[in-house]
Amino acid sequence: MRSLFKSLTCSPASRCFNTDMFVRLVYESFRRQTRRKLLVAVAVTLGAAVSTAMIGIATGIGDKISRELRNYGANLIVTPDEDALDVQIGSVNLRPASGGAYLDEAALPQIKGIFWRNNIAAFAPELPVNVNANGHQVTLLGTYFSKTVALGKEQFTTGAPSTFPWWKVEGNWPQDESTDLLIGEKLAASLNSQPGSRVELDGASYRVSGILSTGGDEDGQIVAPLGVAQSIAGRPGKLRTIYVSALLKPEDTFARRNPDTLSPSERDRWYCTPYPQSIAFQLQEAIPHSRAEQIRRVAQNEGNILTRIEGLMLLITLAALLTSGLAVSAAMATAMFERRTEVGLMKALGAGHFPLSMIFVTESVLIACVGGLIGFAFGALLAKELGRTIFGSEIVVQPVLFPVVLALAIAVTFGGSAVAIRRAVKYDPVLALRGEA
Amino acid sequence: MRPGSRTAMYFRMLYRAAMLRKGQAASALTAIIVASAASTAMLTLYVDVQAKLRKEFRNFGANIVMQARSPKGFTPEELRSIKTTVGDRGLVVPFSYAVARDQHEQAIVAVGTDFDLARKLNPWWSVSAWPSSKGHALVGVRAERPLDADRGGFTLSFEGKSVQLTSRGTLRTGAGEDSRVYLWLPEFEAWTGLSPSTVEIAASGTPEEVGGLLHRLQQTILAGEVHAVRQVTEGEANLLGKTRSTLLSSAGFIVCTAALCVLATLMGWVFDRRRDFAIMKALGASDRLIAMFVAGEAAALACVGAIAGFFAGMAIAALIGRLNFHAPVSPQFNLFPRILAGTLLVTLVAALLPLRLLRRIQPAMILRGE
Repeated sequence: MRSLFKSLTCSPASRCFNTDMFVRLVYESFRRQTRRKLLVAVAVTLGAAVSTAMIGIATGIGDKISRELRNYGANLIVTPDEDALDVQIGSVNLRPASGGAYLDEAALPQIKGIFWRNNIAAFAPELPVNVNANGHQVTLLGTYFSKTVALGKEQFTTGAPSTFPWWKVEGNWPQDESTDLLIGEKLAASLNSQPGSRVELDGASYRVSGILSTGGDEDGQIVAPLGVAQSIAGRPGKLRTIYVSALLKPEDTFARRNPDTLSPSERDRWYCTPYPQSIAFQLQEAIPHSRAEQIRRVAQNEGNILTRIEGLMLLITLAALLTSGLAVSAAMATAMFERRTEVGLMKALGAGHFPLSMIFVTESVLIACVGGLIGFAFGALLAKELGRTIFGSEIVVQPVLFPVVLALAIAVTFGGSAVAIRRAVKYDPVLALRGEA
Repeated sequence: MRPGSRTAMYFRMLYRAAMLRKGQAASALTAIIVASAASTAMLTLYVDVQAKLRKEFRNFGANIVMQARSPKGFTPEELRSIKTTVGDRGLVVPFSYAVARDQHEQAIVAVGTDFDLARKLNPWWSVSAWPSSKGHALVGVRAERPLDADRGGFTLSFEGKSVQLTSRGTLRTGAGEDSRVYLWLPEFEAWTGLSPSTVEIAASGTPEEVGGLLHRLQQTILAGEVHAVRQVTEGEANLLGKTRSTLLSSAGFIVCTAALCVLATLMGWVFDRRRDFAIMKALGASDRLIAMFVAGEAAALACVGAIAGFFAGMAIAALIGRLNFHAPVSPQFNLFPRILAGTLLVTLVAALLPLRLLRRIQPAMILRGE
């Protein structure tokens, strides 16, 4: 007891601070008031968990939504630089067979060689040719279905089904090396073909592996492996357009600037941001004699939606941080009010304001650290599970976030108790001890 | 004692209890307000975000397309009946197509439409200037050079009839539109004699409502073939569902935290007042009376907190709506009973739970500080 007096009586106490006693006081406070401490710790833990999960979701949602938006299909298109005009109404292509320029199939793997190659989710080449089916002039599109392209050691499998996810096939998708075809559902009705039947095109017979339904122009067309279209057109190794589905960053004013007018450092920043414009620019560099452009219907709208959802989650995260902050503060403040008598006793024994406050501050920081640690782990788990259930892929909470969450937990816990500590320290010990404060 | 004075005493005790411990009552009230504000804001957004995002999704353009079965296109009566069937549930934009020849005898697709409607239907069209009067055309960016449109006027001919047009603006979409020339529908009809063959419809509402409209169009307009633009409809349903799930789980997290903190705050408060209860008990109050007293106090706090929180929550939701969607969020007053009930429930549980624990203890022990 003498050491307690010693440590608490010499005021201002900052100079003679009895560490042993201090540690003991804090330790005993945790040992004897387990219920109160537990209640506060649970509040802090939950607050930290929700904050972690929400920050994780807010930072991860952009990527997840961006991937979901790939359901809208290609957002970039690569065409020959010197191309003739497209003359197409609905599913009917009226462009003269001789006209126009072509791209080289051999250049396709270069798409996975650009700076933002990991943002290329899928691509599909297309070569349209006009064929005669039972006296009807119809358009046949040559494309990839599940083609593996290799650049160096890296392999990438892509094709129309992954580039246009809403395409549905009744029957089977054709093999890329086969001469099987898909017939659009509208055309299939008029040609009377079903999966497994055969169809005559320009005098040659082909097997129909499936009926294609897209809700678009392809419903009135034939879709075949690229090789088939190339041999019908007599253009081996050629194609007309490449549809690219890429993960993009919403366009802003900086994105719209002409790269030729930018300073070198700005140009680097422009080039190294996955704007529609910069990825199009890189595709153009990768494919010789090409022109790459964004498909505005998809690229612009997905940019808007991405911005909206990201913005919404960011604001909600702020609201969540504020909510848990306030709620934890309130819980902390109540816990402090309960301890007036304790404070009164210590003050009656002559404790100075500083060591007294230090005891409570240390307690709050300890609670915040433990709560923050458990809360962070729990929140990371929560975000991960949420990502898995909703998006089918995990949301990873970056470990960098840990110090941030911990600092937030300490700040909130400390902030919540600060007012109460100040008031407790200022109480008249007599009133506090008589329970009248 | 008269019954009236008992009630008066009861309210007096409630009032004095709140006034004497302002700090604690305030922090308990803060926790309750925060909890109900957070719940209100999250639920309001959850209800409203669907409508907000649907509006964004409508910018993808048509989700229903009708094509005329007859090669002559839709008659004016048929167009009118399409418009009446859709009503105010969507935007109906007619398109008329023809393969025309330019001055070099090259084929080019000419399209007649209503520019005011097309502009609303396809906000992603990047247009330098919209044509405003007769004789003005909107030229796709790839058609500009072949037409020499940059030099001003050009001539298009269709089945021997030709029309003189001036390029007013350039259209850039990155798709088929880039190779076409667009002009006003009446002028197009006068020139080619063709009526609209395609009607694009941007139907608003839930997938069921869009499906219903599709079905009705199928039933009533026999002259046209109707189909949904799957690229748009499927992507939308998928994304909307996932956004709402994310929002709902976030709402769940936030509401849980807030509720737990109300619990922590109130339990602490009630425990702290065990001396008061001991004195009341020593003076002859029954357990039931004390429980009533605490419950009354908790209920009063919950009501005040729920009302204040409800309005604060609506303000937060409105702020988020304004900041993010640049549109007001419609207040959901029908949420109020649920918020109030939830707040009351959590508060009463938080207040009465510690009381049960205290009941086992003799007043003498508490008064002696044990």
